[in-house]
Amino acid sequence: MEQLIQQVASGLANGAIYACLALALVMIFVSTDHINFAQGELAMFSAFMCWQLLELAVPFWIALPAVVLISFVLGVIIERVILRPLHDAPVLSIVVVFIGLLTIFHSMAGGIWGHTIKAFPSPFPKIAFPGSAYFGPHQVGMILVTMLLLVGLFAFFRLTPLGLAMRAAAQNPASARLVGVRVDWMLALGWGLAAAIGAVAGTLVAPVVYLEPNMMSSILLYGFAGALIGGITSPGGAVAGGFIVGVLENLIAFLGDITERATGFYIIGNGEKLTVALIIVITVLTLKPSGLFGDVSVKRV
Amino acid sequence: MTALLEVEGLRAFYGQTQALHDVSFSLEPGGITTLLGANGAGKTTTLRAICSMVHAEGAIRFDGQPIRGKATEEIVRLGVGHVPEGRGTFTNLSVDENLRVAAYTRRDKTAIERDRDMVYEYFPILKARLAQQAGTLSGGEQQMLAISRALMLAPRLMLLDEPSFGLAPLIVQEIFRIMRRINGEAKVSMLLVEQNAALALELADHAYVLETGRVVMSGKASDVKSDEAIRKSYLGY
Repeated sequence: MEQLIQQVASGLANGAIYACLALALVMIFVSTDHINFAQGELAMFSAFMCWQLLELAVPFWIALPAVVLISFVLGVIIERVILRPLHDAPVLSIVVVFIGLLTIFHSMAGGIWGHTIKAFPSPFPKIAFPGSAYFGPHQVGMILVTMLLLVGLFAFFRLTPLGLAMRAAAQNPASARLVGVRVDWMLALGWGLAAAIGAVAGTLVAPVVYLEPNMMSSILLYGFAGALIGGITSPGGAVAGGFIVGVLENLIAFLGDITERATGFYIIGNGEKLTVALIIVITVLTLKPSGLFGDVSVKRV
Repeated sequence: MTALLEVEGLRAFYGQTQALHDVSFSLEPGGITTLLGANGAGKTTTLRAICSMVHAEGAIRFDGQPIRGKATEEIVRLGVGHVPEGRGTFTNLSVDENLRVAAYTRRDKTAIERDRDMVYEYFPILKARLAQQAGTLSGGEQQMLAISRALMLAPRLMLLDEPSFGLAPLIVQEIFRIMRRINGEAKVSMLLVEQNAALALELADHAYVLETGRVVMSGKASDVKSDEAIRKSYLGY
């Protein structure tokens, strides 16, 4: 029982990171209908930038906001410079651009900082919770920071005129232009926010998975799964989906462990966690493409 | 008096297809002008061209200033409120948010509040529905909301694209009555596109008749209305 609780708790901690990435994906999807395959690599690059600042002896709580800000600007620039000229391009061209971005950031990180695995210091106190190997102060911190981020974003989108304009632009760009909203800039802002959220996710997960150019590739998959479960159009759903995926992968590994001990056969376990994410993706897409909280898209013909 | 809106030799294109061939007209400040014509005559395209929503050539001047080729949102910010075909409701936002986002470009808080009250006075039903998701409003209410959104921009010119479309006659009468009040009280000039020619000529003081992308006749609304030949050949009633 105690082990079960631990697994759920650490699942929530990982889920917080998946939730952030899922949210970043949704942020870009709702306004452009594109899935940003480079989201994970951007987050990885941000984590490296944060590491670099820490190496230069900048305190963590200054380095993090600085990196979030830099990532925001980077996201805006990517939208304005690379994607803006392609706004009428077919979806496949955009996908290729995303894959190109993915490769570019991957290689740049490797080129600048190397491919060896680096430890990333946790900003949270290094005391272990009694009887727990997977759940410590860093995990609590991940959940708390994610929650804070979500509350902040929620307030921004619900309470500020700019947030309202961004929602209007995502929902009905033609009408948004007709009330004077500069829709192009709203898209760029959406990219900036997505990159900033990714930066938080990357920096928080780096102490857990260690820092290297491949660190986000599997995490991005979990993020996809989370976004899809929640319904790719719903920010709240993406967050819930991220947490669900985090807990689900741990529970399935945990159940596999129990059956192995009971029967002596290894059926499923830690090694198949990523498989779980992929199964979720396929199941959601085939059985309920609109996810748990998404809009059912209806097209009149 | 200088014209509020001047359109000269306007040509507009959807891809390779030319929808407007040579449309010229002008609009005096304070008045209501209507563009009439059959389906496909180019009425909606003319409105869309004024707001840069379709590729156009020719000259468009708003208050003496050339606006052709400017971005839609910049033209809107000059004081052109476009009530689009299909109403353009932000369906996932609440009625209140629809109205708030329409005042997004303005910073004059007290004037915004005053315009809010004006909207509530014209369309009391919207005040009762503030918290409701706009997509759940009836067609008539969405049309009222569309006009209100344009009104919240504090425009000098309102472009109205078939405000009567798909609505019950009683609702249409109500909306047209309010439009007359907006024109008189809020001093908003109007360019009205309508299929329902009889209704439009009732409200407007000037009329232009379009046929396949060209202006074929123009004049005072009362003259057009009383000219049986025009009515029969172009307006179908």
